[in-house]
Amino acid sequence: MNIKIWGCRGSLPSPGPEKNIYGGNTSCVQIMHENTCIILDGGSGIQKLGESLPKRITQIDILLTHLHLDHIIGLGFFQPLYDPNMTVNLWGPAATKESLKNRLRRYFSPPIFPVGLNELPCQGEIIEIENSVFTIGDFIISSQYICHPGPTVGYRVEKGSTAIAYLPDHEPALGSADFPTNAEWTSGIGIAGGADILFHDAQYKTEEYKQRIGWGHSSVQDAIDFGVLAGVKKLFLFHHDPSRTDEQLRNMYEESMLKNKLPFDVELAQEGKYYNL
Amino acid sequence: MPDQQIEIILSRQLADSLSIPVFIVDTKGNLLFYNEPAEELLGLRYEETGGMAVEEWSTIFKPQNEKGELLPPEALPLVQTLMNKKPAHGQFWIDSMRGQRYKISVTSFPIMGRPDRFLGAVALFWESID
Repeated sequence: MNIKIWGCRGSLPSPGPEKNIYGGNTSCVQIMHENTCIILDGGSGIQKLGESLPKRITQIDILLTHLHLDHIIGLGFFQPLYDPNMTVNLWGPAATKESLKNRLRRYFSPPIFPVGLNELPCQGEIIEIENSVFTIGDFIISSQYICHPGPTVGYRVEKGSTAIAYLPDHEPALGSADFPTNAEWTSGIGIAGGADILFHDAQYKTEEYKQRIGWGHSSVQDAIDFGVLAGVKKLFLFHHDPSRTDEQLRNMYEESMLKNKLPFDVELAQEGKYYNL
Repeated sequence: MPDQQIEIILSRQLADSLSIPVFIVDTKGNLLFYNEPAEELLGLRYEETGGMAVEEWSTIFKPQNEKGELLPPEALPLVQTLMNKKPAHGQFWIDSMRGQRYKISVTSFPIMGRPDRFLGAVALFWESID
């Protein structure tokens, strides 16, 4: 499978010359295998993705972790939604009362956006998931509610013996009885356990996190500790704070690497990078 | 043990920070967690026992009516909550591990996750003072 990062910034699209390396687009990761195209989140990165799709692709499945704006802001600018020959399925977490379709309509309606959800010419369905297991092409996908404000899921995408875990917005230090020592009682472990690649929230420095407990995000150190607890093979630090420059991200990463001797690789997620597994 | 669901984990977080006895069970009544005040009632420490099967922990209290007659399981609020998925409340007597008899109030409520997933129940115990 091929994996490409189209956006790894958190909270707010924040382009600029000081962010050219790691990028300013918000959450969007593409996973491809033959004619199957899965997109994790519809952040601003999805706009460029839409322009680069091979012509052979006729179905796209977008898996939304949650509906915070930085994870759906690119949807309205995703060209396949305007193609009547394209099937675009939108998957996302069920809420207690309101349907996923109605919650998406808050974005696809004025004054936020001029085009309504029902006006989109593409084919496709809106599918609610919870703690679910389902298949798309050759991929087996698991979703599970995780610790983040509002209905939010993490995804595990598996093909054969390879597993990708995606938890871009996640606060395991809050959703845990004894973080980071008790895997059974830690949010998200069922999704991330033993994954070949884990994309995990790492928005804050440790001292910043102390001022933002309950906001739904993690420090770099908590992301690393979570990766250790989950026994992953590679960790991508994801959901970079919108105010952080390339240089600051690099410094934060190097400080963390000095503190930790890890049994797996850790990388700063970088917009435009792609990987083959 | 399988990993716990987020609603159960957050219930434990709340229980862990309260000063009244709290018990958290799964849908079958197996004890998943009890907090420090509950440890006094059980005479056991969670760190030592971990979770307990329903057969194991339900026999510890010997719930009784005011005449000292043992109550059937369906008379207990927590059992009612597990059966009906609704909150329940009741008063009865228990024998503590030290052999003392206490009148207690128990309030239990189901843990219902999004969108409509029944995951277990929480029981709060209070020593009843008339």
